[in-house]
Amino acid sequence: MEYRLNLPVEEVEVKKIRVGDTIYITGTVVTARDEAHKMAIEKHDKGEELPLNFSEVAVYHCGPIVKKENGEWKIVAAGPTTSSRMEIFEYDFIERFDTRIIIGKGGMGAKTTDACKKFKSVYTAFTGGAAVLAANSIKKVKDVFWLEELGMPEALWILEVENFGPLTVTIDTYGRNLTEEVKNRARKVAEEIEF
Amino acid sequence: MNWLIDAISDLVAQAVIDLPKDVEDALKKAMENEEEPAKTQLKAVLKNIELARIHKKPMCQDTGTPTFYVKLGSDFPYKDLVEEAIIEGVRRATEKVPLRPNAVDVLTGKNSGDNTGRYIPFINWEIVEGSDCIITAMPKGGGSENMSTLKMLKPGVGLKGVKKFVLEWMVEAGGNPCPPTTVGIGIGGGADIAMKLAKKALLRKIGERHKEKKIAKMEEELLSAINSTGIGAMGLGGKTTILDVHIDIAHRHPASLPVAIAVQCWANRRKSIKIDKEGRVWNID
Repeated sequence: MEYRLNLPVEEVEVKKIRVGDTIYITGTVVTARDEAHKMAIEKHDKGEELPLNFSEVAVYHCGPIVKKENGEWKIVAAGPTTSSRMEIFEYDFIERFDTRIIIGKGGMGAKTTDACKKFKSVYTAFTGGAAVLAANSIKKVKDVFWLEELGMPEALWILEVENFGPLTVTIDTYGRNLTEEVKNRARKVAEEIEF
Repeated sequence: MNWLIDAISDLVAQAVIDLPKDVEDALKKAMENEEEPAKTQLKAVLKNIELARIHKKPMCQDTGTPTFYVKLGSDFPYKDLVEEAIIEGVRRATEKVPLRPNAVDVLTGKNSGDNTGRYIPFINWEIVEGSDCIITAMPKGGGSENMSTLKMLKPGVGLKGVKKFVLEWMVEAGGNPCPPTTVGIGIGGGADIAMKLAKKALLRKIGERHKEKKIAKMEEELLSAINSTGIGAMGLGGKTTILDVHIDIAHRHPASLPVAIAVQCWANRRKSIKIDKEGRVWNID
């Protein structure tokens, strides 16, 4: 199935989505890598105020190349980064912030799958390396936070996107994890092969 | 000297912007044969390749480690300029295209900012007869490079053991190297020789078999075995996990059986130019 979703997205809509579906999103996306995940969780636990409401946006594992032109930030390239690095943070992140859509590449593990089932979120894969395609559907850099503290790739870039995708759903709210299933099947096939 | 720097800078720009036709054709074929959701992912890859050409932007944000293969004619009149021109050409392309700065000092963690540094750009030299110089740029992405590996096998496991190792490795790599990938394999020599052969084998065109029949057969066997595992584009399941396997071999030490695997992402980038003794520059396929 293919879905076009507007952010923020309701829990009931997220529950319709299954692994293998493709979604395109319109609305606000925030980039966050390892350091931003860590900082958001720490600030939340200390009771500090956060610069945005993560439940209303999609979180994108991406360290973009951004440049300032005539006082405005412009995205040069914004492909996804490997999501497995965020595996150690994602459960705690989803639990605290109720982010409904996570975007990255390469798939995520058992803890994130667990969080997606428990707190009703999905993990989706954007095409690895497709930097120009990504940049094409980013309409505007709305804001940036934690730029000084974390630097360009790790900062929270608030992006306005239109029909951002294709995003293939690899973890749904029912506990399925497509990339793990694919890998397990591949291991079985490989075991049977005799050279 | 400036003309040579410009030629190198243009070569690097072309390499990161314009995917070779044989690779694009192989991706197209994969897309046509594929089912969802891999089909959508491959369509996105193809669309991205097209947009990169139209907007003259790098097809991937990771513009790679600048790696070069030079066939230097022993009578090429500008041979003393080539190394410096490659370094300067990379600097120029980094600013002009622009490229992502990808050269980090191992000791300090500092990014040089211009894609140059100790041994970077890395140049593989080969001295050949004649007065021409052929320079190939291969920008090598980090995500797929992280899935490259080397194993010193026990010679007793034989070629069967080699094939099993490659197959199992590519399954575990899964979606990480941005499949459909191209796999270069070096067998024999020593550890360094095997890895050099593996990476150099990536310069071959998709579908181009090794001229030695036994090696060609092994390439075909591995191609079909790896694709039968169904890892698919981006590890989401599908028929095409890899576009091709290119193997090269060297005689080995009786006690060693080194096997090196160099993995290249779908953005299998490589571009070559030929420069003659008059300083004329041609793009070559």
